[in-house]
Amino acid sequence: MAFIRTSRHTLHPDSGLILPEHEVTPRAVYEDRRNLLKGLATGAAGLAATGLGHGLAFAQPSQQAGLVQRPGKLAALPATRSTVPGAYVMDKLTPYGDVTTYNNFYEFGTDKSDPAENAHTLKPRPWTLVIDGEVGKPQKLGLDDLLKVAPMEERIYRMRCVEGWSMVIPWVGCSLSALIKRAEPTGKAKYVEFVSLADPKQMPGVRSSVLDWPYVEGLRLDEAMHPLTLMAFGLYGEVLPNQNGAPLRLVVPWKYGFKSAKSIVRIRLLEKPNTPSWVKAGPQEYGYFSNVNPKVDHPRWSQATERRIGEGGFFAPKKPTLMFNGYEAQVGQLYAGMDLRKFF
Amino acid sequence: MSTASDLANTLNSWLMKPWAKPLSWLVCSVPLLVLVAAAAADRLGANPVDHFIKETGEWSLRFLWLTLVITPLRDLAGLPGLLKHRRALGVTAFTYALVHALTYAWLDQGWVIDDIVADVLKRNFILVGFIALVVMLPLALTSFNAAIRAIGGRRWQALHKLVYAVALLGLLHFYLKKAAKNDLAEVGVYAAILAALLGWRVMRKGGVLAMLRVR
Repeated sequence: MAFIRTSRHTLHPDSGLILPEHEVTPRAVYEDRRNLLKGLATGAAGLAATGLGHGLAFAQPSQQAGLVQRPGKLAALPATRSTVPGAYVMDKLTPYGDVTTYNNFYEFGTDKSDPAENAHTLKPRPWTLVIDGEVGKPQKLGLDDLLKVAPMEERIYRMRCVEGWSMVIPWVGCSLSALIKRAEPTGKAKYVEFVSLADPKQMPGVRSSVLDWPYVEGLRLDEAMHPLTLMAFGLYGEVLPNQNGAPLRLVVPWKYGFKSAKSIVRIRLLEKPNTPSWVKAGPQEYGYFSNVNPKVDHPRWSQATERRIGEGGFFAPKKPTLMFNGYEAQVGQLYAGMDLRKFF
Repeated sequence: MSTASDLANTLNSWLMKPWAKPLSWLVCSVPLLVLVAAAAADRLGANPVDHFIKETGEWSLRFLWLTLVITPLRDLAGLPGLLKHRRALGVTAFTYALVHALTYAWLDQGWVIDDIVADVLKRNFILVGFIALVVMLPLALTSFNAAIRAIGGRRWQALHKLVYAVALLGLLHFYLKKAAKNDLAEVGVYAAILAALLGWRVMRKGGVLAMLRVR
């Protein structure tokens, strides 16, 4: 039957990054399939009891696995579907080609097409992330250690750029909170700073003075510890393409895209908030919080609507932008009582 | 020396040929035709509307700058025939600006007039662009021989000095847009070329007021 994909390799969660191209099936689903096969062997009743009981059997193959189909461009990054509330939006995915060729990553140039053209010079391995500042146990972690901090999850998030466009991206990663907990923040820690790589040898854009390098971002500690705040290591079931912030980046789905710092080398716990790069460049235009808010305009762009990339073609109308990018139910309470016009 | 002037003479005779003017108009329309064809074939990238608006705007600036290149180039290279082609460049600059503005109103704002008015008034860069387009309008509308005869050559010349204001407004519009993301390298190139084009006129006429005076 067409919906059962046979495989010659047995998957194990610890089997590492590199897998045969078609193997991204999490163990739970894999075992479901085995049960399904057993069910088939014992007849229709068995089928109904196993496969259908899980609501998986007659979906498309990619849906059946509960995971998106890999494009087969980079090394696989196995994951299981996230169970964090709000982490799996039902919007239509933005095609991989658009996700990986339409990027703001000024370290590789200011045009949207520059990162895809120039980021091949970035070396995502070896990589070291430092976690320090107001922590009990400062960390210095290589990529292999980072991938083991918590199980990899697939999450489908909306991404809303401050420029008025948006995408829907299947990320692979873990909650940032797992990483921060490991460093044991002290009682003084109230804010978190994220520092991106700024190596002129790997990143031609940092030779220009367009921003004050390195790129830094910031979150309040409670924002950073929110389960939706993701440390992403991959997208579309594979490791992150360089132009999307390899090998690890932040994804904060209810904030404008620039808050989601790419290619992070340092996470610093702080007592006082830092000044993020865009706030430093234009304090009138960019606020510390930068929560997606259709009612608070950027001076140069209305934030009421957005253009969904890869959907509907040239004459497609724009979509209304949702409060907190549609994550109000999950994150609204973080800002209870705050004047969001003042703290934009 | 003689070869250089021979070359200028040959070029000039080509510029004066009866087919030269239609060819100019045709060449001026190529970027727009390419953009429309690419849009129809869905080859404008991930954000086609944004790309189309950005490109038509930049082409408008380029043609405006070319319009301003004509006089210095005519004098420096000895090519009086260039003047025959200035109208095509100027009208093309206006056409691209108009397409740019209409695409914004249609595909970005969906013809919602209230939204457009609010956007134009609220956002400096759109307001400046809108003023530039409005100032261009009388220039475009008087870009045919009967109009020049009707209003008189001197008044026509005085009116068309507004092109300097349009260029400065266009540059400011581009700057304000790009400043949002600190992306000013390209704006710098346009500014430097415009400074050279206007600087040459000021130096030759002996002052800004002299440049604006109609002889």
